[in-house]
Amino acid sequence: MSPPVVAEPAVDIARHTQVYERLGAAALHEALRQMVLIRRFEEGAEQAYMRGLVHGTMHLSIGQEASAVGVGVNLHQDDCITSTHRGHGHCIAKGAEPKYMFAEFFGKDTGYCRGRGGSMHIADVASGNLGANGIVGGGIPIAVGAALALKQMRKPNVVVCFFGDGANNEGAFHEGLNMAAIWKLPVVFVCENNQYAMSTSMERSTAVKRVATRAAAYGMPGVTVDGNIFADVADAAFDAIERARAGGGPALLECLTYRHRGHSKSDRNRYRSKEEIDAWIARDPIGLLEQDLLHRGLIDQSHIDALHQSVELEIEAAVAFANASASPDPASLTDFVYASAQETRHVG
Amino acid sequence: MSGEVRELSYAQAIQEALAIAMERDERVFLMGEDIGVYGGAFQVTGDLVQRFGEDRVMDTPISELGGAGVAVGAALMGRRPVFEFQFSDFATLAMEQIVNQAAKMRFMLGGKASVPLVMRFPCGSGTGAAAQHSQSLEAWFAHVPGLKVVQPVTPHDAKGMLLAAIEDPDPVMFFEHKLLYKMKGPVPEGYYTEPLHEARIRRAGNDVTIAASGIMVHRALEAAQQLDEDGISAEVVDLRSLRPLDHSTLIDSVSKTTRLVCVYEGSKQLGIGAEVSAMIAESAAFDRLDAPIIRLGGADCPVPYNPELERAAVPQVADIVAAVRRMLTAKV
Repeated sequence: MSPPVVAEPAVDIARHTQVYERLGAAALHEALRQMVLIRRFEEGAEQAYMRGLVHGTMHLSIGQEASAVGVGVNLHQDDCITSTHRGHGHCIAKGAEPKYMFAEFFGKDTGYCRGRGGSMHIADVASGNLGANGIVGGGIPIAVGAALALKQMRKPNVVVCFFGDGANNEGAFHEGLNMAAIWKLPVVFVCENNQYAMSTSMERSTAVKRVATRAAAYGMPGVTVDGNIFADVADAAFDAIERARAGGGPALLECLTYRHRGHSKSDRNRYRSKEEIDAWIARDPIGLLEQDLLHRGLIDQSHIDALHQSVELEIEAAVAFANASASPDPASLTDFVYASAQETRHVG
Repeated sequence: MSGEVRELSYAQAIQEALAIAMERDERVFLMGEDIGVYGGAFQVTGDLVQRFGEDRVMDTPISELGGAGVAVGAALMGRRPVFEFQFSDFATLAMEQIVNQAAKMRFMLGGKASVPLVMRFPCGSGTGAAAQHSQSLEAWFAHVPGLKVVQPVTPHDAKGMLLAAIEDPDPVMFFEHKLLYKMKGPVPEGYYTEPLHEARIRRAGNDVTIAASGIMVHRALEAAQQLDEDGISAEVVDLRSLRPLDHSTLIDSVSKTTRLVCVYEGSKQLGIGAEVSAMIAESAAFDRLDAPIIRLGGADCPVPYNPELERAAVPQVADIVAAVRRMLTAKV
């Protein structure tokens, strides 16, 4: 079993100070709260799954919260994201509310997709979340198209396209990055490299050591950061996002990280060692951020405790909301197949 | 509004629809391989890039999957992309974005999004382009809920249905038979639309219904002319749309004529004819049938290169005439 991938570049204290100063205490506290909210949301979802409340499978991002929030903290309301099957964190970082997410997981009519999508299709187009995606790499060309639309509409916005290391071997990745580059579109590609495409390691699946080096093939900047350190992600994402916003074109950001849980609920964990998993759990991104903020006097322990408490209450209320919600009416089965309802009725 | 009627080719009619759509709506733009200065492989976009500029008539790299996905993403954001596949066969490279994304996005998202795009597919055999440039895959797409699939066969319909497709809030797959591009017909000037869900009776008759799709409509009309000389009155129904399929026009026609021949270019097995025949068998028209239904579809092989073999691989006028004669002389 290969050892955990070491972070690169090395932690840069001065850069972290700059990031914290740029964001300010309120935004930092909100970022920490979001990371805790993502963690507790997914733990809550896992518990609900055990209790039989979730009909399908789910893909948990526990351990990867710093990349979702480190990127999301730089996004504006009208910026967009595309996400993946492991996308709960991205949704929350873009402003999704856990109660509607739980409702979707439970297949309820109050869910984001009215119970039609489930865990892999959480979206809220109105708030710029163009959707998680069940197809690896499926969101990449879609993100490029959304960026093309923003450019056509002369909007000062960007699209962030999240995907995993597995997607970097899909044709859609290569076609999408190339088109984003030739048309100089405002899109930032964020590869959350959690080292394994389901069970297949980077080493066994990918001809280059770092996904970010593939950016060179498409004439765009490529940067690898420690995806478990919030400030590293936030720093690199800020540069890439503001560059894209200013018309500088796309960039590829690779966040080295790790999922504490298996690929999905069917994972028997035969491809990772306990030592490897423990080493990454010891580098938990939430713990690292809390320690750093405490150490710098940017937050105190009572504030952290209160923040955890408020997240706890929000999750409890969200689960209760989802439980109390109604299921979709079976008579509505074929609603939403077509926008033009009159013509839908002709379909045999 | 529409005005003077002129003779235009099918390709010119499509180009005119694209130009009108771009003039009427700044959200409309075209994407495809070599659709700019080259004018498109079949000269459908022609000089549009000179009128509308490279931002609205966008050449894409040879990236069908990526290009289709870009169209999906732009449509999700409210733009109105019209994506030209150079040959419909190349859609095989883009099926992920068409089938998993464009078709399902609205449903998966609980109705909170729509994907108003048009994909144009030059399709069909008869050009000596062989197996990878001659297919008729429209039935594949008609199998997918969430897509609309149309096959206009006259310049008039090509223009009106394309304008309707571009305005439609759902993804529309627009199949253009390559042999039709040079065919001329009357086309009104200016803006008009044709419905995307209605078949058309191209020739009224009493003895047999020939339900045809794509270029087979023209072969069916020629066959009907020959049959008329024998005193056989054939009704020719142009399906125009495969999804939604216009059930009532077909049921009414077959109820009247009591016989059905279904003609299409795609592979016969599990093709358009299977759906039309089964739909009739499930309908009130079944009891009216005076003969078993006949399907004429593509032969059970890829489209060959040799011209004689190529003709033999898809239904021709003589095949339709022979099938109808066989049907009318058979004892039931």
